[in-house]
Amino acid sequence: MSIFEYNGSALVAMVGKNCFAIASDRRLGVHLQTVATDFQRIFKIHDKLFLGLSGLGSDAQTLHQRLVFRHKLYQLREERDMKPETFASLVSAVLYEKRFGPYFCQPVIAGLGDDDKPFICTMDSIGAKELAKDFVVAGTASESLYGACESMFKPDMDHEELFETVSQALISSIDRDCLSGWGGHVYVVTPTEVTERILKGRMD
Amino acid sequence: MECVFGMVGKGFALVVADTSAVNSILVHKSNEDKIMVLDQHKLMGASGEAGDRAQFTEYIQKNVSLYQFRNGIPLTTSAAANFMRNELATALRKNPYQVNIVLAGYEKETGPSLYFIDYIATLHKVDKAAFGYGSYFALSMMDRHYHPDMTVDEAIKLADQCIEEIRSRLVVAPQNFIIKIVDQDGAREHSWRRTTKE
Repeated sequence: MSIFEYNGSALVAMVGKNCFAIASDRRLGVHLQTVATDFQRIFKIHDKLFLGLSGLGSDAQTLHQRLVFRHKLYQLREERDMKPETFASLVSAVLYEKRFGPYFCQPVIAGLGDDDKPFICTMDSIGAKELAKDFVVAGTASESLYGACESMFKPDMDHEELFETVSQALISSIDRDCLSGWGGHVYVVTPTEVTERILKGRMD
Repeated sequence: MECVFGMVGKGFALVVADTSAVNSILVHKSNEDKIMVLDQHKLMGASGEAGDRAQFTEYIQKNVSLYQFRNGIPLTTSAAANFMRNELATALRKNPYQVNIVLAGYEKETGPSLYFIDYIATLHKVDKAAFGYGSYFALSMMDRHYHPDMTVDEAIKLADQCIEEIRSRLVVAPQNFIIKIVDQDGAREHSWRRTTKE
């Protein structure tokens, strides 16, 4: 089994009309055994920027600590929050530093940029950025997620419809993947508020 | 085969570990204490490579004491868990420690807590945790019988059920087990479960 499949994970981010949603599964496993059903994969960097980290749990935690550190330093120096595009470049640089001994993570970055325009991107474990206008996926269930998102996505959804779409895409994909599951964790972010919801799917 | 498991109850946390020190087919001793008392209110049950286990747990214990000497107050359980994770993570790509840890602690402000720390430095706060081949049996028994806010007697009964299951179903089951508990009165040894005398 690949090191990326050691813990199991599923992540998806989707763009709506002046809003975005980022969602993950909740399983923490060690190969075939489930260790916990409330593992956090999505981290808030600031009110309008969220980072999801799929892949090896340990490297996700290390990367999260490093990136929060870098962002806090940036906030002290610049006296403002980082733009999502800037943060994506930072993550890409941090990952490429370890080009010949990489972090085994695939990040998903989602944020509201200038004029609250939604921004999403993903990258591979060595920092190759992939911007998208509609949705990005990562994790062991990524192939299912690509299919589910492609068929369910519509442009310019409002935040309620976006929540429904992301939830359905996530649950249907992780239900078919043995390494991810135990429900979902969905954040829907608009310029004025952040809604966090827990989903119940196949609890296995 | 080594196994360590733990659970959180009402105002206490429990850690159970086997006490066998094995080298291939030979049992060196069956009274090896694998649950280290880190400080007054912390227990660290460790399983894995024997040398790494002894070295790493002692290193952590000394650093936890050092913090208390320097700063006058003990580390919180969460801080100790994160310190351990960072040590494991730093060593991971140089000279990895092959040690799996169940950390149990008690604080007046936050009550009892239990942390699962993998040998690859995956950290998660949990209510029940288990490592080793015994985990297949212990986790399932705990999934069935565990509920939040158990009393000490209920938790010990559940630990006994887990040990019974490991003894009857694991092909090379460890001979003896040690149970340690941490609560507001401190971290201490609770009891042994022996099948052999020494």
